[in-house]
Amino acid sequence: MAGAQLHPGAWWLWSLALGTAATRTTNPLLLTLLIATSAYVVATCRPDSPWARSYTAFVKLALAVLLIRLVFAVVLGSPIPGTHVIVALPELPLPHWAQGIRLGGKVTVETLLFALYDGLRLATLLICVGAANSLANPARLLKSLPGALYEMGVAVVVALTYAPHLIADVQRLRAARRLRGRPDTGIRGLLHIGLPVLEGALERSVALAAAMDARGYGRSADVPARVRRTTTALTLGGLLGVCAGTYGLLTAEGGTYGLPVLLAGLAAALAGLRLGGRRSLRTRYRPDRWDARAWLVAGSGAAVAALLALAATRDPAALHPGVVPLVAPTLPLWPAAAVLLGLLPAFISPAPQNPVPRHPALKEPS
Amino acid sequence: MIRFENVSVTYDGAAEPTVQGVDFEVPEGELVLLVGPSGVGKSTVLGAVSGLVPHFTGGTLRGRVTVAGRDTRTHKPRELADVVGTVGQDPLSHFVTDTVEDELAYGMESLGLAPDVMRRRVEETLDLLGLADLRDRSIATLSGGQQQRVAIGSVLTPHPRALVLDEPTSALDPAAAEEVLAVLQRLVHDLGTTVLLAEHRLERVVQYADQVVLLPSPGAAPVLGTPADVMAVSPVYPPVVDLGRLAGWSPLPLTVRDARRRAADLREQLGQRDCIALQGRGAVVDVRLPPRGRDQPRRTRSRQQTTPPELLGENPTPRRWFKRRRTPTQPTSPYAAEVKALAVTRGRVQALRHVDLAIPLGETVAVMGRNGAGKSTLLNTLVGLVKPSAGSVTLGGAVGLVPQEPRDLLYTDTVADECTAADTDASAAPGTCRALVSELLPDIPDDTHPRDLSEGQRLTLALAVVLTARPTLLLLDEPTRGLDYAAKARLLTLLRGLAAEGHSIVLATHDVELVAELAHRVVLLADGEVIADGPAADVVVASPSFAPQVAKILAPQKWLTVAEVREALA
Repeated sequence: MAGAQLHPGAWWLWSLALGTAATRTTNPLLLTLLIATSAYVVATCRPDSPWARSYTAFVKLALAVLLIRLVFAVVLGSPIPGTHVIVALPELPLPHWAQGIRLGGKVTVETLLFALYDGLRLATLLICVGAANSLANPARLLKSLPGALYEMGVAVVVALTYAPHLIADVQRLRAARRLRGRPDTGIRGLLHIGLPVLEGALERSVALAAAMDARGYGRSADVPARVRRTTTALTLGGLLGVCAGTYGLLTAEGGTYGLPVLLAGLAAALAGLRLGGRRSLRTRYRPDRWDARAWLVAGSGAAVAALLALAATRDPAALHPGVVPLVAPTLPLWPAAAVLLGLLPAFISPAPQNPVPRHPALKEPS
Repeated sequence: MIRFENVSVTYDGAAEPTVQGVDFEVPEGELVLLVGPSGVGKSTVLGAVSGLVPHFTGGTLRGRVTVAGRDTRTHKPRELADVVGTVGQDPLSHFVTDTVEDELAYGMESLGLAPDVMRRRVEETLDLLGLADLRDRSIATLSGGQQQRVAIGSVLTPHPRALVLDEPTSALDPAAAEEVLAVLQRLVHDLGTTVLLAEHRLERVVQYADQVVLLPSPGAAPVLGTPADVMAVSPVYPPVVDLGRLAGWSPLPLTVRDARRRAADLREQLGQRDCIALQGRGAVVDVRLPPRGRDQPRRTRSRQQTTPPELLGENPTPRRWFKRRRTPTQPTSPYAAEVKALAVTRGRVQALRHVDLAIPLGETVAVMGRNGAGKSTLLNTLVGLVKPSAGSVTLGGAVGLVPQEPRDLLYTDTVADECTAADTDASAAPGTCRALVSELLPDIPDDTHPRDLSEGQRLTLALAVVLTARPTLLLLDEPTRGLDYAAKARLLTLLRGLAAEGHSIVLATHDVELVAELAHRVVLLADGEVIADGPAADVVVASPSFAPQVAKILAPQKWLTVAEVREALA
């Protein structure tokens, strides 16, 4: 089945492109359309696996972000001049050194609407990242890393697989607290659970480290000292070059040398990584292939991003509906059609795989 | 293949060496079993083979350990990875990736094998271990036995010449344990793999061993010999050996088959002494009826002298901790718990469906079934942690549950604090819990950290904490996991005492020998349904995988434990 799976990089590119598209607009209708698109693709394409369930978590997080943005707008006010007052909160007098900060005061429709549009854009971005998370197996993505970064990749994979264990631990310990007739919520309850959970996680990490060591993790090939030194020089020099180049690009005087130094630095760093890969003996078992479908999926995302960017320059009014004066946002036709291009993966990527029978949380711990 | 030359290991900060004088050799292609009570350093010996001791754990190793000619002093664990495969106690902490196929490939990837070799070996190993149907499954969704097989498979793919396993079957139900042992046997016989394994549950493994290494006590030199010779002197032994010793058979039988061949005389002898007792035990108890008197079929022989529940108040020798418990809640219902048409649904899975069960006061009920059959869910529903989606649970009094991991119940830093907290939680008089602990665990100082207790002591402390709340119904989830025979015997005495005082006890367990010793009644669960419910002797003898060794040897007579036989012969 590994062969039938889409390259995880394609999913990430697609999701990040949708996210980029979301940053180009504040039109709530377009943003909602983007969310719907990503949700539809997730619903049809996501595999039945633990990481696939993270989508709901990201949606909740997005909602929380939106709410916080609205609450801030209500409490702290905003510079948007509004005339349609909904409610006037008592304003807290602040000392003169806190000038420019306002607590309470008038809440206008314009303020709220502006905050809503702004928050929705951020929420869409988050939801797109969540889509990538639930569509692409993070472990498989990390498998595509260059050999020299492999060890870092494993660390991330281990961290990722630990999250579900931590959640299971918390649930178990909360149940144990209830067994002793103690409240399992609240700060005190959390504190009491926190320590044993961390303890358990630490113990498991040590056990895992032992197991990995015994299974040959970190075996390295003998590399001649010359190659090792070259690797270090290339990597360090390359990184320095990247820093200098970026600085050059960002400052006014460095316009001429910035780009070439940056490119040279990047090339040196990549060469260093490639040479460093020689130290690692590792081979890959059934690596994911970047096939035509991966091109199509990544391409559909890129098309959405490009078209919305184009629309943002061509027709900024439709993509950024004004709040002062109050107008109802309209759905611009061809940008909306462009967003729908993002649905392509739902039709070309494989349907959800064979239903995996049991919910892991249900399995009787043995 | 594996050679220990006068090895001793001292961990940092320890005054005494954990093991010393270890000097033996595991020849190529043999299955060698490492046995001994808890805390004698079995895991240390196993760890020394893979080089994890001392490279990973720290400490000082004297002497020399060589594996396939490689000295572990000069080779780190990762440099031994191609000759030794190690599987620890908990398969879950062994897994690096999340699907079966990737996990099998992981070790080979680290060793840098060619992709076509990896592909071939993964397929071979999937077939060898019967994992082909599970190849794409996420490891977290597998049952315990499947996980253990994946763990073994994941160290097999690099084709190690030796395999080291620490308690591979302790957490498994009898059928899954046989599955794993069959795989090991196949490796030894067909591939010539050398296997060194430690296990508490000797009744499961001793017959597969070519040799046994016994670590009799902490710091003592190991005894090496054939299984029959070592079992004759070992402080830990399975019931079949116990029966063999009792009957004076020599050489000692190690398998049920050997014992059965010799047991004709014993069966005859027992049959004559006790032909009346055999009748009347076949009847299935109707659980909807109130508890019956002492002559009813529910009782098996070893418990005929225990006090029936009706005599609760008149027990002549009540011990302190039971007296306290009885006074406050005197339940009116004859049942400690009554479960009617119970169903529990979690997510898309029906964990329990239409379960009817009544637990009379003073009865000990064992709930058995394979991993994932719904045993823990049933206990959690009884204690109220899980809400039933249909049906009802009526309780006759307070309920206490000792969870699978007793440590979860303990969260303070000292035993004394734990006791104070337990008193507060249960609103019991101050000192109640400490008194219980003193009775159950006489030599535990107040300032001991619960983490420093042994498995058995920790279980007992958790039990004391639960008993502080004076439950009429006591639930235990897998209480004998990780306990050696001595700790198990202490637990048995303790639970028998509680049952005799009128406590109802429900155990969820895979340990058939514990059930044989303790349970009045056995409930078998499969896929969330009750498939058998009746007196322990009947249910357990009828099932080939749940029958204790003594029952298998003495069938068709219904003897469950060596203690019963000993008593009958006396």
